[in-house]
Amino acid sequence: MADTIADTRRLFSKPQNLNDAYGPPSNFLEIDVSNPETIGVGRTRYTTYEVRLKTNLPIFKLKESSVRRRYSDFEWLRAELERESKVVVPPLPGKALFRQLPFRGDDGIFDDSFVEERRQSLEQFLNKVAGHPLAQNERCLHMFLQDESLDKTYTPSKIRQA
Amino acid sequence: MSFFGFGQSADIDIVLNDAETRKKAEHKTEDGRKDKYFLFYDGETVSGKVNVTLKYPGKRLEHNGIKIEFVGQIELYYDRGNHHEFVSLVKDLARPGELTQSQTFDFEFTHVEKPYESYTGQNVKLRYFLRATVSRRLNDISKELEIVVHTLSSYPELNSSIKMEVGIEDCLHIEFEYNKSKYHLKDVIVGKIYFLLVRIKIKHMEIDIIKRETTGTGPNVYHENDTIAKYEIMDGAPVRGESIPIRLFLAGYEMTPSMRDINKKYSVRYYLNLVLIDEEERRYFKQQVQMLLHDWLAVHLSCCFIMFLDAQHQREFQNLPIMS
Repeated sequence: MADTIADTRRLFSKPQNLNDAYGPPSNFLEIDVSNPETIGVGRTRYTTYEVRLKTNLPIFKLKESSVRRRYSDFEWLRAELERESKVVVPPLPGKALFRQLPFRGDDGIFDDSFVEERRQSLEQFLNKVAGHPLAQNERCLHMFLQDESLDKTYTPSKIRQA
Repeated sequence: MSFFGFGQSADIDIVLNDAETRKKAEHKTEDGRKDKYFLFYDGETVSGKVNVTLKYPGKRLEHNGIKIEFVGQIELYYDRGNHHEFVSLVKDLARPGELTQSQTFDFEFTHVEKPYESYTGQNVKLRYFLRATVSRRLNDISKELEIVVHTLSSYPELNSSIKMEVGIEDCLHIEFEYNKSKYHLKDVIVGKIYFLLVRIKIKHMEIDIIKRETTGTGPNVYHENDTIAKYEIMDGAPVRGESIPIRLFLAGYEMTPSMRDINKKYSVRYYLNLVLIDEEERRYFKQQVQMLLHDWLAVHLSCCFIMFLDAQHQREFQNLPIMS
């Protein structure tokens, strides 16, 4: 039997529908973290970032959304996901407590280059997390990405397809 | 007498009668080398001659008997002292006495049963050999001749293809197809992966062949997994309706037939893993059992779920049920 040449011709497959081949893909998901803005004055200042989402995934209620979030909101999201889901959540950029000490030569946590570094990291974090099928089932992720403000007293739950 | 270095000794040589015509087969030794040995099948007669050559001509060799054995044994590496012999045949060649000159003895083991294939694995070894022994009061003289045994099976009458739809609900649906369910060691796996729903960002797809050697029983079962092959079948992001062909030549990989519960001591199974990797290095895979019969590899469907593995932390967890 090993002497005969094996038939290695391809198995038959249906020709692809041209709309499927050239239409928009079903996995479109883009998240941008941008436009850092410092809110408030003096000791109570903090920075917010714009979190903009564009998608065609049915699990997201809004196909386009834009909200503003601060670093502690990202920390909240990460903690919720770790507790509620089986996802191994990637790390956030550091808290940079040392930058909050007085007598620094630069602007501390409002320093432009620091904010930019943090912005990039937060964007990477969100893209990694939002693309995870299990994370997409968590209410906290959708609230973070698409609700105007975070309700930290919410009841955690799973989202099924809209 | 041997204490003083003046004792007689002998060299033993085992020669098969059909040494000129019998085929030899390559077989891996425990340290990874490949050697050639005479190839036998179940039921074949093993016959030949034992040459006992005296080291010092003219001197006598006193002995307590000369015999030849045919042995088939299983050796578990973690329990080396205990060889389990499943075939053990003996022929007496000479009664206790003395040899005054070099001598040749004929032997024949007729229609010897060799139920299992020779196997050298990670934790277990199954081997067949002839052992000729000249028994003496203080120390025996012996020589072994190792042989290799292959089992045979016939071309399967029924060898249907395998087609199955799997996925993660609302996220990724694929249909895979393999042209056969039983493959032989020099065969080609021809198949395809058809994408029905792609809501994740796939970066590439590969097929892995995993060999699993299972030794021990009950609570002491030990599985040794070894990835024999990783073969990329797709690079890039597929969309709905795309069909990715698979053509995997098995002759290029070092594989053995599948072995099922050999003498209740060990098993060898092969698995085909279909692995998809997304842009964040997350891995999605579908595992199937293949069974290789001698020269034939059978693909079995086993656990029907896609496992979701985070590459960074190597954690596994089950996901939603498949559709079919």
